[in-house]
Amino acid sequence: MGKHIVIIGNGISGITAARHIRKLSDYAITVISSETHHFYSRPALMYLFMGDMTFENLKPYEDGFWKKNKITLVRDHVQAIDTLQKQLILSETSPIHYDELIIATGSLSNKFGWPGQDLEGVCGFYSMQDLEYIEKHVPRMNRAVIVGGGLIGIELAEMLLTRHKNITFLVRENAYWSNVLPLEESEMINDLVRSHHIDLKLKVELKSIQGDEHGHVQSVETSTGEILPCEFVGLTAGVRPNIEFVKNTPIETDRGILVDEFLETNIPGIYAIGDCVQHRKAPPLRRPVEQVWYTGRMMGETVAHSICGSKKAYNPGIWFNSAKFFDLEYQTYGRVLPEPAPEEAVFFWKHPEMLMSLRLVFNKSTYNLLGVNVFGIRLRQEVCQKWIQTKTHIAEVIDHFHEANFDPEFFNRHETRIKLAFKEFYSNIR
Amino acid sequence: MNKNITMPRKHSALQLVGLLFSTIGLLVFLAALFGYNFTDKFLWLTFSLLAVFLGIVLVSIHTNLILPGVISQHGMYYRSLSNRGVLGWIVGIVLSVFYIVLYWFPESLGFYGNTQPNSGFVALFDPLSYFFKNEPASQWFMYGSLYTLLILAFGIRYLFRYKHNRYQIFRTLAVMAAQLFLAFLIPEILEGLNSKDAYYARDIKFFWPLNHYFFEPWHLNNMVSGGSMGMVFLIWGIFGFLVIVPLLTYFWGKRWYCSWVCGCGALAETAGDYFRHLSDKRVFAWQIERILIHGVLLVITVVTGVVLYGYFSNAQTFLGLSIYTYFSKPYGFLIGSVFAGVVGVGFYPFMGSRVWCRFGCPLAAYMGIIQRFFSRYRITTNGGQCMSCGNCSTYCEMGIDVRAYAQKGQNIVRASCVGCGICSEVCPRGVLKLENGSLYERIKSTID
Repeated sequence: MGKHIVIIGNGISGITAARHIRKLSDYAITVISSETHHFYSRPALMYLFMGDMTFENLKPYEDGFWKKNKITLVRDHVQAIDTLQKQLILSETSPIHYDELIIATGSLSNKFGWPGQDLEGVCGFYSMQDLEYIEKHVPRMNRAVIVGGGLIGIELAEMLLTRHKNITFLVRENAYWSNVLPLEESEMINDLVRSHHIDLKLKVELKSIQGDEHGHVQSVETSTGEILPCEFVGLTAGVRPNIEFVKNTPIETDRGILVDEFLETNIPGIYAIGDCVQHRKAPPLRRPVEQVWYTGRMMGETVAHSICGSKKAYNPGIWFNSAKFFDLEYQTYGRVLPEPAPEEAVFFWKHPEMLMSLRLVFNKSTYNLLGVNVFGIRLRQEVCQKWIQTKTHIAEVIDHFHEANFDPEFFNRHETRIKLAFKEFYSNIR
Repeated sequence: MNKNITMPRKHSALQLVGLLFSTIGLLVFLAALFGYNFTDKFLWLTFSLLAVFLGIVLVSIHTNLILPGVISQHGMYYRSLSNRGVLGWIVGIVLSVFYIVLYWFPESLGFYGNTQPNSGFVALFDPLSYFFKNEPASQWFMYGSLYTLLILAFGIRYLFRYKHNRYQIFRTLAVMAAQLFLAFLIPEILEGLNSKDAYYARDIKFFWPLNHYFFEPWHLNNMVSGGSMGMVFLIWGIFGFLVIVPLLTYFWGKRWYCSWVCGCGALAETAGDYFRHLSDKRVFAWQIERILIHGVLLVITVVTGVVLYGYFSNAQTFLGLSIYTYFSKPYGFLIGSVFAGVVGVGFYPFMGSRVWCRFGCPLAAYMGIIQRFFSRYRITTNGGQCMSCGNCSTYCEMGIDVRAYAQKGQNIVRASCVGCGICSEVCPRGVLKLENGSLYERIKSTID
């Protein structure tokens, strides 16, 4: 008879784990979530708000899927983990016993103890509840202040623009997302944000939030002493692992729940995956806490193998990520640092008129490709990863660059321009 | 949550002028419909057609060329017209009633066959019909003219809307040109030049079995007696079905037809763009689809077989049943008129723009089988980059759950895909690409 596997969290990590455990075994599987009954795509929350999609459209699997695959869904909140009795204490229903446990509780929006951060009309943007909260505040909103220049902040700005709100965007750094993007790309996004009539304030931080007599947000004060009247504040200064309820258990944590390469915690039979995880030993060239969709999915698959007796170490392969800033698509492969490392050199090309750029990072002495940043052109993941994996020479990459193009048919191609620019660049560095 | 949300839209002067133009044009139509006899029909027809056309174009100029940003599907689920609201119901009912009247009560539109001169709405189109072929308009001439006008006007809107996407631009220009020239101008001009010949279909892309009457005795006879021109159309029609359709579908998938030249597809892709997301994405709908569309293909094959048997053996009956009453007529009524017309277009605001193409069209079924098993066409998924957002599935007019494949890193090879390219367009991570390539590893999965 099989074990009972309980998964806390029905995001991409938890659900991928459940699906793969089902593929590999006939263990009993229970997934607990207090957010929604069914799994939905978190990155698509913005499309729900903007009226592009309905909640039904957000669900990657039809409702009958779970019963058919014998995955039990429980809508409840886990209060505590009793690691000795191997049971979970829930808010609403009686405790659930587990044989093995997977913690996939994701993240929480960062709040850095700003005065007034708990006022009515102040929230982060991460969950379905956040979205409902924002929706509730739309009618009384005239100006919104968004704090934190990352991916979620720009999404929230795009969302509120569709409701014709005035937006002030506070970014601590000297350019948008400049702790990740090199300056040229960051500045491209600055211009894009401003072209949408968003009041982008760089090198400005939130100091405090002021409320009115009803406890509603009224204004914010910035680090420069400016008072900005507003009816809504979006706190999008990053996320942190959602692990409060784990902290008074024997499960070891640091910034996230600490796991080994099989994603097991210090307690045998308890695993953690996704955003809430911190790797004790990060895979080569990777960070110990990586909070993106794709790594969550990969961890879900890895943990299924750990549990079903076909253990394989977590190996996320070559880093990749993608995003969309308004209409501008972004992809990245391998390692692209905001400032190149000493051993790295960079070829950067930008379209003279259009919002489009390519950055190739390569090793200064061996000339092999290390990383790619691309805006406004779609590239084939398979090809880019192969180039990085096989340490392909940068000149060869440029020669074969057309093979990586993934734009729709008949799109204008830019290989010729890129090749010309590279030729000049290359003759200069040789 | 979205039922109570309205997305405020600020209407510009340009849009209001556009709305005014369209309304005036429609009022002229209505006046004619209710029997007002315009003295100068040429003037009023030109005026009303232009007003409707310009109105649609002016409204879309503002939304798609002046407002910042590229396309967006924002607000589709907040609007009455595109979210099965009151406006959607009104449009759906009006369209359905229009088709019912068109097929079975043309006299309400002012067309009485050859028994008496046209009046009302059809009479408004007499000048145009006289221009082409020196005879009064029929209800079909009126319908063809309006249909073409709508495709051109909403085609221009679509071109504005997807202006940054050259696949969409080329495809839309092709589908507009095919409607204007192949389906409308050339057949009407040819009819005018050969006005002594009896009617046969002169649209060179209107292949059997979409053209279900191609092998009907009267149609075969009219082609045979139509001189060398008639013979050309007869041979072309058979050759097209047997050779051209499978060959082009092998190279490019059925999209070469369905979203590049077909008239039904043309209306779906232009005017139907408001409704594409209303298609049902459930597996259940897919099951119904497979039974229905292949059922229609089977039925038209049997009907055509019986009709040809009757033609060559000079029989009026088959197994004691009248071929006309029991085979040709019910197919024409149920499939040709009710399904393709009333449901096919009238249900746009309820079930999306491709109801006929997805559930009924036997030509689509035929090409679908080729596309599924012997075609170079597929939608490629870009490695493991799908984040399951579902924009692709939502905006697939054929109701394909594109995401179900994309999130597995699997290429999409489906009989029903018409290659409109919208999944690739709306994907926020650029994960999907329509392309033709080797049949080797056509369906492969990279991650799951």
